[in-house]
Amino acid sequence: MRLGRLKCLPVLAFGLLSLFFSSTLFAQHGEGHEPAPGGHDVKEEAKFNPGKEMLDHVADAHEFHFFTLKGENGHDTHVTLPLPVILYSPERGLDVFMSSNFQHGHESYKGYKLVDHHIIPVKEGTMEIDENVKVYDFSLTKNVVQMFLALIVLVLILTSAAKKYIAGQGRTSAPKGMQNAVESVVMFVRDDIAKPNLSHKYKKYLPYLLTLFFFILINNIFGLLPGSANVTGNIAFTAVLGIISLIAILLSTNKHFWGHVFWFPGVPVPVKLMMLPVELLGVFSKPFALIVRLFANMTAGHIIILSFVSLIFIFTEMTKVAGIAFTPVSVAFAVFIYVIEILVAFIQAFIFTNLTAVFIGQAIGDHHYEEANH
Amino acid sequence: MSLLTPGLGFFFWTLIAFIVVFLLLKKFAWKPILKSLNEREKNIADSIASAERVKAEMAQMQSENEALLAKAREERGQLLKEAREMKDKMIAQAKDEAKAEANKIILDAQAAINAQKMAAVIDVKNQVGKLVIEVAEKILRKELAGKEAQEAQIKGLVDEIKLN
Repeated sequence: MRLGRLKCLPVLAFGLLSLFFSSTLFAQHGEGHEPAPGGHDVKEEAKFNPGKEMLDHVADAHEFHFFTLKGENGHDTHVTLPLPVILYSPERGLDVFMSSNFQHGHESYKGYKLVDHHIIPVKEGTMEIDENVKVYDFSLTKNVVQMFLALIVLVLILTSAAKKYIAGQGRTSAPKGMQNAVESVVMFVRDDIAKPNLSHKYKKYLPYLLTLFFFILINNIFGLLPGSANVTGNIAFTAVLGIISLIAILLSTNKHFWGHVFWFPGVPVPVKLMMLPVELLGVFSKPFALIVRLFANMTAGHIIILSFVSLIFIFTEMTKVAGIAFTPVSVAFAVFIYVIEILVAFIQAFIFTNLTAVFIGQAIGDHHYEEANH
Repeated sequence: MSLLTPGLGFFFWTLIAFIVVFLLLKKFAWKPILKSLNEREKNIADSIASAERVKAEMAQMQSENEALLAKAREERGQLLKEAREMKDKMIAQAKDEAKAEANKIILDAQAAINAQKMAAVIDVKNQVGKLVIEVAEKILRKELAGKEAQEAQIKGLVDEIKLN
């Protein structure tokens, strides 16, 4: 019991800190947008702005930014890996070039400029925004590139495991190495996600559920690598997966399911009418909850780690001694959250896949499920 | 908040990536992996089933063996019993035969003894008769050696007859 209470202490401390910190974070972020893009205040620039820094780290970008060397008289050297920019505009056509042409937002190129990671069309040769031109940004941003890398690794791991199975290992003998790791996850998805929720129809949905699980898991893990992009904590990423889930759910619905939605059985007519919008909303709110859950969990994890690291800089700005003294505490908390994040990477992949399976199971309207509910 | 507005480019690439990865993995990973896993599970299930069957067969064979053994034991008992009966019968028969033979021998021996006894008795009788005659002859000869003795004898005999 005593140990348990002691364990609670860091959690409590962390909770209070993050609560305190999150409110200041957004406050500062709100202020961060206030200065006009043109008016660079040197004093503001020099001051450490944790809100902006953190959001910069979790947001998408057109380059992999490693670090910045502070130069003399405001000339900083950014050490980055530029990525290709692909733009399509109905007025100007397709444009493909490297993001290094923007000089980190200081210059325009081919009639475009980069402001806060967004590409905005400008009048040729100037920095003035062109309101008449609409542009669609299909750039290979750092999220896209990292996702592709992660997926290449994923496909290589899984196909190499599959090759071993084809060669016979694991079919009659025990699986080995990476194959073993893959197998245990595959078995988990099959036996603990697909089978309980989809009963005898699980085989049809298993490839989708497996792909979904591994797709989220590998991107979660890659997102945890130091200096990497926050792929799964991006709303576009989770939106795609959520929309695919919605399509999968809708494709597996039947008469029984829609009967339930539009004319709820077993209740008086006025209640049926009341239930209709609720049930209809439920169809769409389920995948929406999936989208927001994954996004919020992964982003929150990253922000908490960044917060702890930022604390070092905040304290250093007060006094150097405070910064140095706080460093071990901050690092310890960051490591603690990092370890939890590794757990969360697996848990979120599981939750997303499991809930998708549950929703598909509801849509199929399996008789076992229906009986259990009445 | 830029954080909450999905970027078109990333949305597009994620969609493409998911579909491509799904198709790739479905064909090149899930199919062989799931097939192998099913195969292995089926294999294991079959092995367990066949082991169960063999066990059942073994149990059946054992019970059969036991039945056979019991039968054999019974047969052996029967055989032993029969043999014992046969032995007793043979012994009894032999005893009877031996007794009969002995009786016969005894009877024969008795008959022979009787015959010999009778012969001996007859012989003795004959011998005794002869001896009696000889003795009587000798006595008579000695008694009737004088004339007067002879006459006295005759006279005696005559006396005896005279009364008749």
